[in-house]
Amino acid sequence: MPVAVQCRDLRKTYDGKVEAVRGLNLEIQTGECFGLLGPNGAGKTTTIEILEGLLEPTSGEVSILGHSWRENAHEMREWLGISLQETRLSEKLTVRETVELFASFYREPRSCDEVLEQLQLTEKADSWVGKLSGGQRQRLAVATALVCNPKILFLDEPTTGLDPQSRRQLWDIIREFQRAGGTVLLTTHYMDEAERLCDRLAIVDHGQIIAEGSPPDLIERLGGHHVVEFAVGERTTGNSDGAILETWRVLPSVESVREDGGMVALSVKEPHLTIPALLDAVGKQGSELQHLTTRQASLEDVFVRLTGRHLREE
Amino acid sequence: MSVAEQTPAAESNVLRKRPARRNGRWAGYLHLLMARMLELKREPEVVFWVFVFPLLLATGLGIAFRNKPADASSVAIASGVGAQEAEALLQKSPRSASFKIDVQDGEAARKGFRLGKYDLVIEPDGTGGLRYRYDPARPESVLARSEVDDALQTAAGRKDVVATSVVTSSEPGSRYIDFLIPGLLGMNLMNSGMWGIGFALVDMRQRKLLKRFVGTPMRRSDFLLALMSSRLVLMIIEIGLLLTLGILVFHMKVLGSVFAILLLGAAGALCFGGVGLVTASRAQKIESVSGLMNLVMMPMWIFSGVFFSYERFPAVIQPLIKALPLTALNDALRASILEGTPLIHQWPRLLVMLLWGGISFVLALKWFRWT
Repeated sequence: MPVAVQCRDLRKTYDGKVEAVRGLNLEIQTGECFGLLGPNGAGKTTTIEILEGLLEPTSGEVSILGHSWRENAHEMREWLGISLQETRLSEKLTVRETVELFASFYREPRSCDEVLEQLQLTEKADSWVGKLSGGQRQRLAVATALVCNPKILFLDEPTTGLDPQSRRQLWDIIREFQRAGGTVLLTTHYMDEAERLCDRLAIVDHGQIIAEGSPPDLIERLGGHHVVEFAVGERTTGNSDGAILETWRVLPSVESVREDGGMVALSVKEPHLTIPALLDAVGKQGSELQHLTTRQASLEDVFVRLTGRHLREE
Repeated sequence: MSVAEQTPAAESNVLRKRPARRNGRWAGYLHLLMARMLELKREPEVVFWVFVFPLLLATGLGIAFRNKPADASSVAIASGVGAQEAEALLQKSPRSASFKIDVQDGEAARKGFRLGKYDLVIEPDGTGGLRYRYDPARPESVLARSEVDDALQTAAGRKDVVATSVVTSSEPGSRYIDFLIPGLLGMNLMNSGMWGIGFALVDMRQRKLLKRFVGTPMRRSDFLLALMSSRLVLMIIEIGLLLTLGILVFHMKVLGSVFAILLLGAAGALCFGGVGLVTASRAQKIESVSGLMNLVMMPMWIFSGVFFSYERFPAVIQPLIKALPLTALNDALRASILEGTPLIHQWPRLLVMLLWGGISFVLALKWFRWT
């Protein structure tokens, strides 16, 4: 399968000091939905803007469908639909005027009405952009990307700040584009979004990729299948934290242990082996369980496991 | 090599929807221009500052200066012994119509003089003589003193030694409003050119709209061209409105051809568009560009002869003043509107504007930040 987006050893240093991207490699296949997942400030936006040809990398190679920004920029822009993290479109233009404006920049755009229909903006076609809700504005931003009939769609945090319904609408639109054969690269700091939408994703932290793979694959490799979270009574405080965690690590089927907001979280392969042993151990200590839940492992667990931090914290 | 060749063409037929239309070379430019005009039309502030405000200013100033006939001196006579005689003498003079005479208590007369209500106070000294109180720094005061003295002496029987006569000559376009309207036109073209281009650009940069545009195949030159073109369209309306006001309300006579005036307006609009472009080429925030704009425009508001002639400034700085683009535009507009000077004789002024505009434009292209 042909490679849609490729970059090799990408680096970006701002003002000779701040290293936003530090040696990043990516290969996105045609027809794939690829996600860059990471906390704020991880270098996702810098990376995607370099790939879009809007930023010059300090070093490294970028190729889009086999072409380089240095040689073929004008032609390449015909193939890309992009939505930046925060573009405020002109408030005093109507939705249709805005989409028509963007369509006019491309040699062979799609019909505006069709795009508005697809993004459920037909009713709002003659409203001023300033009167739209957050979800409608975000759909309009995607409409300006889709109207050019792109081969690759770049979306930088497309659903940040949207209500659940608007997010789901946008996910449907992205899936529809992908079903029609399009390639998608999106950045997000929402775990559920990455899990639902992306065929493959790369977890980015401090300007580097720290893990890459399909969501189930990453979860299996790094998160364990299940997470058992529990809290016990006060009586165990005599021992040091490390020693307590060690008593949980040796329980059957446990892959890793971490302390998280006053609770102990165990990554577990088979909960039915772990839980009886856990109850025994708590009983032997003479303390009692104050809380116990089990759940499927998520990308959040993968991220915490890799970085020791949660995605949403600073 | 094989990858590069097969990708774009090979799969494009499968995945890309059929295009609805093919855009021609100028589709982007036309849509940008149209969008810009629509935005301006829908922005009430723009309509007010660009179109209504200059009209109000011209009307206000025109009325203020029209109500005071140029040759009527207002004179106060301090009451007391001899005041009646002085007034009677002045009334007797054949030129009594050119004086507005009040007999006032001495204190009130001096207060009125200080406030500019009177140009001259005549104070009888009680022994048949008169004392003039005037301000040598106020031209109208100096004029009043000499006119009044002349009238009094003549009325009292002085005989002139040399026989003189006068012929009055009133050139069209010599009133203050005639001077003012071309100056306002020039200033308005500067204000709206600088703000219209500079403000719009920084606003779009701040909103990341410029960056979004650059992410499309839009030609950057088309974008700047559309911005400049929108200025030209507005320029025609601005000039049309102000001149119509001058002609209809103030009976101004426009001697130059409409074509010449529009051409000068276009030169001015493009010149200040260029200056606005370079001023806004790097600023990231509206606040910082506002300061810059005022810094650039301030000298021209003062020196370029909008409200009063720049001939009043010292001769040393006259060449500097004449090198300012607004001075060139104002002078050119005045020459064309008031005197009908042909464009051919205006080339030094056109050159000044061309240089300012051209150099600014080149620098702007070099420094311009799209992101």
